Amino acid sequence: MPITNTTQIARSKGDPRIVRKGPSSLTGSDRLARALGWFSIGLGLTELMAPGFIARTLGLESKEGLIRAYGARELASAVPTLSVDKPVGLASRIAGDVLDLATLSSALRPGNAKRDNAAIAFALVIGVTLLDLVAFAEVKASHGRERGTQRDYSDRSGLPRGPQASRGLARRDFDTPPDYRAEGSVADAVPATAP
Amino acid sequence: MRALVWHGKEDIRCDSVTDPQIEDDRDAIIKITSCAICGSDLHLFHNLIPAMLPGDIMGHESMGEVVEVGAAAKAKLKKGDRVVIPFTIQCGECEQCQRGNFSLCQRTNRKGNLGDKAFGHRTAGLFGYTHLTGGYPGGQAEYLRVPFADTTHIKVPDGIDDEKLLFLSDILPTGWQAAVQADIQPGDTVAVWGCGPVGQMTIRSAILLGAEQIIAIDHLPERLSMAAAAGAVTINFETESVIERLNELTGGEGPHKCIDAVGSESHVNMGQPDTLLDRAKQMVMLENDRPHVLREMIYACRPGGVISIIGVYTGLADKIPMGQSMNKGLTFRMAQAHVPRWTDDLLRRIEDDQIDPSFVITHKVDLSDGPEMYRTFRDKADSCIKVMLKP
Ligand SMILES: NC(=O)c1ccc[n+]([C@@H]2O[C@H](COP(=O)([O-])OP(=O)(O)OC[C@H]3O[C@@H](n4cnc5c(N)ncnc54)[C@H](O)[C@@H]3O)[C@@H](O)[C@H]2O)c1
Ligand SMILES: [Zn+2]
Ligand SMILES: [Zn+2]
Repeated sequence: MPITNTTQIARSKGDPRIVRKGPSSLTGSDRLARALGWFSIGLGLTELMAPGFIARTLGLESKEGLIRAYGARELASAVPTLSVDKPVGLASRIAGDVLDLATLSSALRPGNAKRDNAAIAFALVIGVTLLDLVAFAEVKASHGRERGTQRDYSDRSGLPRGPQASRGLARRDFDTPPDYRAEGSVADAVPATAP
Repeated sequence: MRALVWHGKEDIRCDSVTDPQIEDDRDAIIKITSCAICGSDLHLFHNLIPAMLPGDIMGHESMGEVVEVGAAAKAKLKKGDRVVIPFTIQCGECEQCQRGNFSLCQRTNRKGNLGDKAFGHRTAGLFGYTHLTGGYPGGQAEYLRVPFADTTHIKVPDGIDDEKLLFLSDILPTGWQAAVQADIQPGDTVAVWGCGPVGQMTIRSAILLGAEQIIAIDHLPERLSMAAAAGAVTINFETESVIERLNELTGGEGPHKCIDAVGSESHVNMGQPDTLLDRAKQMVMLENDRPHVLREMIYACRPGGVISIIGVYTGLADKIPMGQSMNKGLTFRMAQAHVPRWTDDLLRRIEDDQIDPSFVITHKVDLSDGPEMYRTFRDKADSCIKVMLKP
């Protein structure tokens, strides 16, 4: 919870205010990942709180416990999906999609009275899986370190006189200020005693 | 004017905003000629310090020309002056300022009550760095209102490029303070974790202060190559064992001085399993920071050595080996840089060709490319080390 929400902190009066917004640093794939993260939270909460309803709708009456566990899994993958480490979250969502599809395929058995519902759900999960795959690939690509060129900076010493000639240059006119000293030896510290 | 505005996690935009105005007699308005993105901005980009408001202007490394001066600042500043603005805002009069602890100024945090609550006692106002430190609009913009402007500026001469001067605002004095905090002595082996812009400045400072051997640790080849350019021995923590190599390079004794220029966002990887756990805890708000580097420094450091922390930590960090620290008699020093304490001296070293901080700039772009550059810098793409922005 941002401290700014709980402390009623507000912008100071004279500070500049936005007149017109510019383009964001968020990419399209960042936004897609975020949407999928929130989708995970919505679905996860539903699975946790209404597993019976879902089970009945899909003809999976014996699998309430499993559906509840899937709810917990959705919430767990929502956390990294909504974080800076989106690829981790999206990868765990994709693994989850596979589990969902496996479970739903058991509801596609011929004897299931709710087979039509299960087929719709199956198609929906396939759609979401495709979105997850796209988001994963794009987030990886747009945040990869590989973007751009690989350069070498071994000619950038920042020391105009060269590293060797610069060593200790500042010691001529700079001493560690007393409040920053950590070094010393017992000889400096013990007052000389009269012979 | 145009400014880079925080809208939420990973959401920074180049917006049009209203121009800043003089609000107090000690204010000045600066027309920004150059500014930069800092590793600290990434913590805000990632919303690790949850005290930002959508609409906050980013940026705390900027310089430019004075265009308006409040009555009380006129003795020290005039229209047309060329100034670098330190990221710390200081009154110059309080007890902390008198001691040179400018990042701890007691008067400039205008949201001091929030600072008191979060930290126990307030610290200085900072530009563009959350409402815990005053919520002041930052300098990734065309204009900047500088509060306490009579004491919050570094006057710089004409005839030297912005590129060489801009980093007096933060990373040069920050790297310098990291080295000074370690009380570097000739003959010391100094290990520096992190070869970002701050680590790079720390390495140069350690050389100037006479360190005999500097060991630079990172995993990005281009950053390690820049560290090696200044004569550092490098360790790539993804392909080598940091502890083994440090022992090898110090005859088994460990470095005298260990400097953390990484901070809260230690790289998460399988080879360092504690970082996986920290990341997981961070996601569910059980921990704020990933203190892998702290743990490694405490373990590697020679007994009686100094741990200098300049990388930013934001809140609670778990599993800090206090037992090792205590039994090894380590000294800890840390702070946000007390920028103006060092800048006169460092400006002189720039003029004297002892250091040229422009070496660290890898990207120079228009302010409107800022949002894109936040991503490039964060992803360490395109061999990006330091981004300079031109409004
Ligand atoms: N105290 C101050 O006044 C002050 C001022 C400016 C910046 N900072 C802080 O300094 C830190 C570095 O800033 P920067 O601009 O150089 O940022 P950066 O993100 O560019 O650099 C951090 C570097 O640390 C490396 N790293 C990550 N994990 C590592 C590990 N386990 N071991 C070794 N290296 C590792 C990264 O690869 C990267 O190169 C940030 O935390 C920033 O907030 C502090
Ligand atoms: Zn900074
Ligand atoms: Zn003060």
